[in-house]
Amino acid sequence: MKKYILKRLLISIVTLLVILFILFLMLQLMPGSPFNDEKLTTEQVAALNQKYGLDKPVYIQFFNYVKNMLSGDFGVSYTISKNTPIAQLLKTRLPTSIRIGGQAVLLGTVIGLFLGIVAALNHNTIWDTLTTVVSVLGVSLPSYVFALALSYTLGFKLKWFPILYDIKLPFDSSILPTIALSMFTIATIARFTRSEMLEVLGSDYMLLAESKGIRGPRLIFRHALRNALIPIITVLAPLIVGLMTGSLVVEKIFSIPGIGSLMVTAIQANDYNVTITLAFIYSAMYIGIMLVVDILYGIIDPRISLAKEGGHD
Amino acid sequence: MTKDMGLPAEGMVFLPDDFERKHSGIQTHIDTNFASQSYWKDALLRFVKNKGALIGLVFLILVIVMAIVGPGMNSYTFSSQIITEQNLAPRVKALEKFGIFDGSETMETSTGVITYNKYLQNDALKDTYYWFGSDVLGRDIWTRTWVGTRISLYIALVAVAIDMLFGLSYGLISGYFGGRVDNVMQRIAEVVNGIPNLVIVTLLILVLRPGLKTITFALMITGWIGMSRIARAQMLKLKEQEFVLASRTLGAGNLQIIFREILPNIFGQLITNTMFSIPNAIFTEAFLAFIGLGVPVPMASLGSLIAEAFKSFTTHPYMIVPPVVVLAILMLSCNLLADGLRDAFDPKMKEM
Repeated sequence: MKKYILKRLLISIVTLLVILFILFLMLQLMPGSPFNDEKLTTEQVAALNQKYGLDKPVYIQFFNYVKNMLSGDFGVSYTISKNTPIAQLLKTRLPTSIRIGGQAVLLGTVIGLFLGIVAALNHNTIWDTLTTVVSVLGVSLPSYVFALALSYTLGFKLKWFPILYDIKLPFDSSILPTIALSMFTIATIARFTRSEMLEVLGSDYMLLAESKGIRGPRLIFRHALRNALIPIITVLAPLIVGLMTGSLVVEKIFSIPGIGSLMVTAIQANDYNVTITLAFIYSAMYIGIMLVVDILYGIIDPRISLAKEGGHD
Repeated sequence: MTKDMGLPAEGMVFLPDDFERKHSGIQTHIDTNFASQSYWKDALLRFVKNKGALIGLVFLILVIVMAIVGPGMNSYTFSSQIITEQNLAPRVKALEKFGIFDGSETMETSTGVITYNKYLQNDALKDTYYWFGSDVLGRDIWTRTWVGTRISLYIALVAVAIDMLFGLSYGLISGYFGGRVDNVMQRIAEVVNGIPNLVIVTLLILVLRPGLKTITFALMITGWIGMSRIARAQMLKLKEQEFVLASRTLGAGNLQIIFREILPNIFGQLITNTMFSIPNAIFTEAFLAFIGLGVPVPMASLGSLIAEAFKSFTTHPYMIVPPVVVLAILMLSCNLLADGLRDAFDPKMKEM
């Protein structure tokens, strides 16, 4: 187990370093230099280079870059809001994005589990079909389609919720984005829970539990759902990816001041520094979550780490 | 455990309804295939029985046919614009008599909702028909939608090619040779997999210029990992089996064993997985188009059409409907088809 965790940790660190190296390389290869004012003499440029450590060998520059990125010193924005430190831009945006993402995960998991259980318990009935329809739709449609449909019907026509994000009403105006963002989670979890539950319900130990006289919620939650839940952890990776890409477009549609809309703006405004910082933050979050998920999975199901180690050697 | 729990008390008699048979209501499996059937025939039989998959197939074929013939069905081209014919609502010749697709649209003003028909207000437009309407620049949405569908289908082809050429070979080779080769190849795959697709794709497009070539390239970097995993797992399962040993004793080389002996045995799973990666690729393109990194104008893709129409979707909602519906049908039919193929090739395989 220890060996497994150590190995996962090592791979995560290497991945993060690879990403940082790619980002560093991109900054190096971008045309132009920070000091391209024609009035500067060669000596002045040299002095500036020395001041910012740009005269040092590339590997030391890279080392400094890694140190800065990890300590939260991301540099300044070039075009979006000139010379503002990026860390300051992120200060309010990051919590907003994380809050809406968290709401979407919570809503999606609860509804997804509920739909999946109901469908499995009422196999081959109208409920089952309904869940299948919802899950196929949720997997098939990009989240911005849901976002557009929701903002047109519930926001624009019925005027139940604000169409655009209002900082004064952080919860009310996050309802529609949360629903739009959670559709993919609902669909994936419902689909997976259903098929896992069906398999568990047909197993011999469920028959045994039932013949021992266990009935009702106890049978479903303690005996069936617990066993069905373990493999659901494996679908977390596509879910996180879906949330990240989803957040970009959904935040853009509802004008939410989060990191997703900042990323879109930065891409469109060619603000390399902001884009690269956000790419780093997205990667770091993804790697961190994947590490936790993998370790969690190894703890819950010891067969995984054993199989993985056995498979390689 | 006390004695009287296990045995009936004296004088107690079992009644017929004391016990009920479990699973009595479920029909036992009736074997319809008395003669042994080939794997492919069997799969085909199961596929045809699956209604969802058939519907998916029919709609997919329909979308493909429309993408081929659709743009040629009227005189407009995807980039031709007529400035005087902007923002026209959908109008179809036969349907306008029934009050639908008659070119009228509603507008909310301060005095209330009014309905008007631009075609009838202007004499020059009396015989003009835009089946899906025209956009803010006076271009035909019908033509642009089907031209955009072609882009999505091209992306689907790219996804299939990447899966089949790169992902497949990578997984098969990694699994077949094992040991150090496998170890190195899997570490590389793990590192690439650790970087979110979103980041790879956006960074690439920042460096290169947005366009179809860049999107293809981005998909090539990220698209192969899922397939390589499946191929490797299948290879690990099969490579120790007797028929491989038999082939090797007969003098078959590594390449022949991998591609001639093992590949045909895992083809079912591979096709299924390929079908699943198509929606992912189309998704990526639509997403990129939406944030402004798609194909450059005046070319259209479904994603860029949606992004364009989004800007005016509260005033002219009909503009956004065709690309969204076509995209939805395309994604739905791919998913349904993939589900059906999975069940057909391997009825016991779980959802992934």
